Amino acid sequence: MALITCKDVSLGYEGRSVTEHLNFEINKGDYLCIVGENGAGKSTLIKALLNLKSPVSGQIITGEGLKPTEIGYLPQQTVVQKDFPASVWEIVLSGCLNRCDLRPFYNREEKQLAMENMEKMGISNLSKRCYRELSGGQQQRVLLARALCATKKMLLLDEPVAGLDPKVTVEMYELIDRLHEKDGITVVMVSHDIEASVKYATHILHVSHIPLFFGKKEKYVLSGNGFQVDKSREASENE
Amino acid sequence: MNEITDTLLHYFTFPFVRYALIVGVLIALCSSLLGVTLVLKRFSFIGDGLSHVAFGGMAVAAVFGFTNDAVIVMPVTVISAVLLLKSGQNKKINGDASLAMISVGALAMGYLLMNLFSKSSNISGDVCSTLFGSTSILTLTMAEVWLCVIMSIVVVVSFLLFYNKILAITFDETFSQATGTNTGFYNLVIAVITAIIIVLAMNLVGSLLISALIIFPALSAMRIFKNFRAVILCSAVISVIAAGSGIIISILASTPVGSTIVAIDILVFFIFCTIEKLTGGIRYCQ
Repeated sequence: MALITCKDVSLGYEGRSVTEHLNFEINKGDYLCIVGENGAGKSTLIKALLNLKSPVSGQIITGEGLKPTEIGYLPQQTVVQKDFPASVWEIVLSGCLNRCDLRPFYNREEKQLAMENMEKMGISNLSKRCYRELSGGQQQRVLLARALCATKKMLLLDEPVAGLDPKVTVEMYELIDRLHEKDGITVVMVSHDIEASVKYATHILHVSHIPLFFGKKEKYVLSGNGFQVDKSREASENE
Repeated sequence: MNEITDTLLHYFTFPFVRYALIVGVLIALCSSLLGVTLVLKRFSFIGDGLSHVAFGGMAVAAVFGFTNDAVIVMPVTVISAVLLLKSGQNKKINGDASLAMISVGALAMGYLLMNLFSKSSNISGDVCSTLFGSTSILTLTMAEVWLCVIMSIVVVVSFLLFYNKILAITFDETFSQATGTNTGFYNLVIAVITAIIIVLAMNLVGSLLISALIIFPALSAMRIFKNFRAVILCSAVISVIAAGSGIIISILASTPVGSTIVAIDILVFFIFCTIEKLTGGIRYCQ
């Protein structure tokens, strides 16, 4: 039984489907990269995996005791967050909210967890700093630490390196890779960066209006899909 | 100086002055708590819109001859608040357009109804006091004072209980929803509390000035403090001090209560802006 199984899933808005017939499964310990052009339905797929949006047709089944609310999510930043007056500590701790249920305050265990995850992300020294004063890379680490508070099993990352400079981008990828390798966390990542996807991932899902590819990355490189994308991008850049 | 304290002590022997102070401070406390969330969620204008709706509700209550207009005003405002915060997700008419529509619509209809049906001989006086609050804070009945005290306790207690949830949802609604927090419910709680505060605050500052009571303390606090708890605490303190001193000044100098309080809020805002410019804000505080 896989952690998440998608059976003939179609996604879309208001009955109009964007992507059809998605079939794939995510197993424990996988590192899946979801690639594809803008508007191909990557974000919609993420929302469906998080149970925020139901698919037009088909089924998304979670297994192995994974509850849909136990997926640690790293969203793209919103405008609200850019000038939000909260300390790093407050934001990381807010990731523990799904452990609280009706209890109004955090207990010692949850605070401990938040502290460990900040340690893991190397941001313990920023604990009292204001979120809006941090650099882009530091902010992503804070949000990643928050996501880790919400899960022990699976991370879902929505373009985690968007807007970061090359050096910080590499650090971010290494950090995610460490979580995958050392802590055994299953990673699902939406990315535009095919090169990095092929380098770090174990599996690739290439979505378009029809699903182009799902499988191990070695096969993906041979399939030539990635090169298609690269070529079309080059073509559009030359125009 | 002695003269001023004597005058104050003299005034405090009147129960209506004590009521006004209690109610004013409580309303200021409640509105500042919610203010931070509303400003951060980009709902600064919701207070304005809802207060116009409440104004319309008051006009309807006056037409039907209700002596206690809270019976109509409270439910109408709560329903509008829920609809407005919900419509944030509706893309056909976006949030600010629907807010503008409802707020000016209610204002116009309210004034129209008051003009057509009012039995009072001094319509413009009535309208002015509803819009700017002038004296209604000094004519509170015992029942209104109790209503205000109970509602304030409800607001403060629910804010404390939901503090962590409100923080998480304000910062990142999608994340909270994805990790299993019932964001719809908490948004509803925020909407209802906002509506209650606005109806209560109409007595204090009148419907045109409520937004000021909600946003100024929050904005001032955000100038200087860099974590959520400190911002909330500071905003509450500013608001309570501004309301308390505003009421006292307005009694001593015979100025309109609502605008005096708002003037002090504005003054505090500029002071905090200056402090921020000078120090760059307090970077480390817990």
